[in-house]
Amino acid sequence: MSWAGPDEILLSTSLAGFLDKKLIVLLRDGRKLLGTLCSFDQFANVVLQGACERVIVGELYCDVPLGLYVIRGENVVLIGELVIISCAL
Amino acid sequence: QLFFSYFKELVGKEVTVELKNDLAIRGTLHSVDQYLNIKLENTRVVDQDKYPHMLSVRNCFIRGSVVRYVLLPQDGVDIDILHDATRREARGG
Repeated sequence: MSWAGPDEILLSTSLAGFLDKKLIVLLRDGRKLLGTLCSFDQFANVVLQGACERVIVGELYCDVPLGLYVIRGENVVLIGELVIISCAL
Repeated sequence: QLFFSYFKELVGKEVTVELKNDLAIRGTLHSVDQYLNIKLENTRVVDQDKYPHMLSVRNCFIRGSVVRYVLLPQDGVDIDILHDATRREARGG
């Protein structure tokens, strides 16, 4: 088995391109977990570091810190890369 | 394998992926794999106000098992080629 080079990672559908990135993971039960991707496998099982659950009610949201999380792939709906948009307050 | 090859042809096209949880995401098809997992770039959620948590997401990975529909551009399909490929697949299967 050979490791995918940086070019192959950019073109592939693996989660390797998301490693060490801040992500939002949507789960089948509607929960939204944020965290940094540590690890993944072919089933989309995922390890998130510094995970927190973002609870959104109307216009308000709050983050519940969870720590290190292992998410079973079958519960994963979507994994999105968060782009932090800084705006002048 | 037929649909995997078919989606590989659509890489680079604008598609809308509708998920089983009713979330619909429009974006450019970046890549697809054997499980029909999809990576989209330049994503925008169709009903953005309903899903505020998706505002800062521009690229995403969608697990194949949660896809309900993949909505394609009208001209994204060569029907004849698709028919031939399907007949071949049916004969071989």
